Amino acid sequence: MPDSVDPIKPSEPLGGLQKPVVSVPSLAHVGKEPKTGVSAALLRKIRSTHPRSSRIPDAVFGVLILLTAISVFAIVALVAWELVDKSRMSLHQFGIGFFYGHDWDPVEGNFGAMPFIYGTLVSSFLALLLAVPASIGVAVFVTEMCPQRLRAIISFLVELLAAIPSVIYGLWGIFVLAPLLREYVEPFLAKTLGWTGFFTGPIYGLGMLAAAIIMAIMVVPVVASITREVMTAVPQNQREAVLALGATRWEMIRMGVLRNARIGIVGGIILGLGRALGETMAVTMVIGNRPEVAKSLFAPGYTMASVIANEFTEATGDLYLSALVEIGLALFIVTLIVNALARLLVWSITGGTARVRA
Amino acid sequence: MGVGIEVRGLNAWYGKNLSLKAIDMSVPANHVTAVIGPSGCGKSTYVRCLNRMHETIPEAHAEGSVKVGDMDVYGSGSDPVEVRRRIGMVFQKPNPFPTMSIYGNVAAGLKLNGFRNRKQMDELVERSLKLAALWEEVKDDLHKKSGASLSGGQQQRLCIARSLAVEPEVLLMDEPASALDPISTSKIEELIFQLKQHYTVVIVTHNMQQAARVAELTGFFLMGSLIEFDKTEKIFTNPADKRTEDYVTGRFG
Amino acid sequence: MSSSAPQEVSLWRRVTNQGATLFAVLAVIFVLVPLLAIFVYLVIKGIGSVNLAFLTQTPKPPGEVGGGMANAIVGTGLILAVASLIGLPLGIGSGIYLAEYGRNRFGDLIRFTADVLNGVPSIVIGIAVYSLVVVRQKHFSAFSGGIALGIMMIPTIARATEEMLLMVPNVIREAAYGLGIPKWRTTLSISLRTASAGVITGCMLAFARVAGETAPLLFTAFGNQFWNLKLNQPTAALSLQVFTYAISPYDDWHKQAWAGALILILLIVVAVAAVRIVTSRGMLKGGA
Repeated sequence: MPDSVDPIKPSEPLGGLQKPVVSVPSLAHVGKEPKTGVSAALLRKIRSTHPRSSRIPDAVFGVLILLTAISVFAIVALVAWELVDKSRMSLHQFGIGFFYGHDWDPVEGNFGAMPFIYGTLVSSFLALLLAVPASIGVAVFVTEMCPQRLRAIISFLVELLAAIPSVIYGLWGIFVLAPLLREYVEPFLAKTLGWTGFFTGPIYGLGMLAAAIIMAIMVVPVVASITREVMTAVPQNQREAVLALGATRWEMIRMGVLRNARIGIVGGIILGLGRALGETMAVTMVIGNRPEVAKSLFAPGYTMASVIANEFTEATGDLYLSALVEIGLALFIVTLIVNALARLLVWSITGGTARVRA
Repeated sequence: MGVGIEVRGLNAWYGKNLSLKAIDMSVPANHVTAVIGPSGCGKSTYVRCLNRMHETIPEAHAEGSVKVGDMDVYGSGSDPVEVRRRIGMVFQKPNPFPTMSIYGNVAAGLKLNGFRNRKQMDELVERSLKLAALWEEVKDDLHKKSGASLSGGQQQRLCIARSLAVEPEVLLMDEPASALDPISTSKIEELIFQLKQHYTVVIVTHNMQQAARVAELTGFFLMGSLIEFDKTEKIFTNPADKRTEDYVTGRFG
Repeated sequence: MSSSAPQEVSLWRRVTNQGATLFAVLAVIFVLVPLLAIFVYLVIKGIGSVNLAFLTQTPKPPGEVGGGMANAIVGTGLILAVASLIGLPLGIGSGIYLAEYGRNRFGDLIRFTADVLNGVPSIVIGIAVYSLVVVRQKHFSAFSGGIALGIMMIPTIARATEEMLLMVPNVIREAAYGLGIPKWRTTLSISLRTASAGVITGCMLAFARVAGETAPLLFTAFGNQFWNLKLNQPTAALSLQVFTYAISPYDDWHKQAWAGALILILLIVVAVAAVRIVTSRGMLKGGA
């Protein structure tokens, strides 16, 4: 017989049965409440978090959380609404001609956005032209060629590029890159490739080429990280299958990895495009800010984001402001479509909601 | 025609771990040789050393002498790319290229080797698919269906056809049927029986009955060493080594 | 057997193989050189101008040498504080929703919307906040700047919170429910606590990202040459000041721009490092 001998007493309703037939002593110490120690604290905590009904607090919490989620939706809706609302004047005044009007003349009240659209498209396209091969090269190196020890360091460094604020890229662009282009690179290009028409005209250093280079550097981390992700997602047996046929390493990468990952890589490129389209500060600081359409890359240009940045606070008159907001609206819609497309492509490879770092 | 394989003193490491110890084996041409043994005994590692796939794993390397026909696999002038072209490999899990058609899959190795002539490629693709007993089933869909849209057994035969297209002299098979259903398995086994007319086949298998069905010779591996290598019949009915006997009678593994 | 396949690996294949390796290595170099250059220039050009005056004084009138960015440093802190007050609750709350309540079509919609918000160019957010807040208040303010930056923090924080919460094994939640702990308490005290290290990292990443943002502040906080600690007045910010000084014609201001940029990068690095230290030392109860 164990030590404690407090049999569990039957409760009232069993009045007739005064003496339990069998005593159950071993459970007695469970019935006693500990007053101190961990188990006491645990009991107190359980009791305090176990109210009679947790329905109301749960409901309140649920509503609060739902509100925060809805706020995300509300914010996007508000942003879209404000853009549409405030560009109404300009939309009404210029209609669709706004987008191919060549003339941006605040004095006359004539607003045509073509120079900015041209500037945005050309600078982004050029930036991608430079960034995509570099990004894929980096991704291929890191995933397939790099010694194990270097892998983490190099990817960390490439990610670091994404952490540098745009205004600092602009600063560096003005005082380091532009002089470099002006003194060495652009004269060289003018001499060797001037006949193409892309490298002619006065050399300022600042201009479309400078903007494209800076944007390319900023886009590389985006494209490179997605390319890495989709390349890593390709199963190892695909690589082995190609090698077993008698392939060189590059052939294995080309046929066994890049080929399988190509949809995702395209998605990454499109995402990089989205990033380039919305880029403001660095571009504004180095592109020269002249609303002209010029063939030469040495010439200054102007992007949609830059004109907003430069002229928004100076805008005199409601029509001027409305025109700028309309440019903002166009930017909003284009980046929306581009980003959605990119995410679709990337998710189709990584199968689900892989985090896409923009 | 197939060629024989002479292995002398083959050692293989994963990093610092010696996982194959001084293997000696003579694989005769145009025969099927099975490699059996319990999990972790080194049979896959062994076969992957024959076509220098083992060294594609980081930190892994192999030393020793492997002569396939007149080719010195680990010789000083030897190019792993060339070795792998001449020694084909089929893997445990079928791995066709999902972005290519059936034709594309079979022709992949040819394209790598610089083949341009369309007519020649068509012929070789047809021949390889016939050798792999897949031609009749896919001949109408060569360009329309992707490699991954076939059933498991068909995919594996497609992988076999893909390996055969580059005209290897030896075919290595690492548990080719273990991921397949019984009917596909028996089709593959039939195929192996046919293939030995043209190629030397080395097949890794954990299934002793399969070894008994398809192979003329069998090597028993245990803990990185080749314990016994002899006619399949002898290995299974009258093995010389006690450890072999214990394995084939099911006392372990 | 007659081998119609070539017997040897052709020269072309060898050359392309080597060429590909060379290209990849060059790509890495081309990408890392600007990184190195930026940091080197930041230090070289910035360190000379970071002195006590720079850190404690406000800007002098244009053309005059001297002065500093003290007000911009403080202003950045002010704006970021407001941004955090908005971004953290809404971001973490949305993340909780997506992980604990939103495994359905509506949750997918919210997730998609958060991604959309993430991709909106920061200047467009600036326009919207200008229109919503600045116009109504009839003046620029740190408050509106904080709202703009706070909005930008939300998607990053929500995503990180959702991911981290999803990694908390369900058995832990079930154990809590089994003990009679209600859902709201479980989510906060148990799930969120377990995921706290990752959530904090996500918040920090969002914080670092918006700390350097300039565009949305251009027409919300607007900048200020003088001290301002009031939330409803235009306020200086480091990023804005760097921008203004960089495009100005004054040499002294250029030097100060580099100094400001250096301080900005340092602040970001310190913030990231501090959070890394705090989370890795497990100073958070229940941190993974």
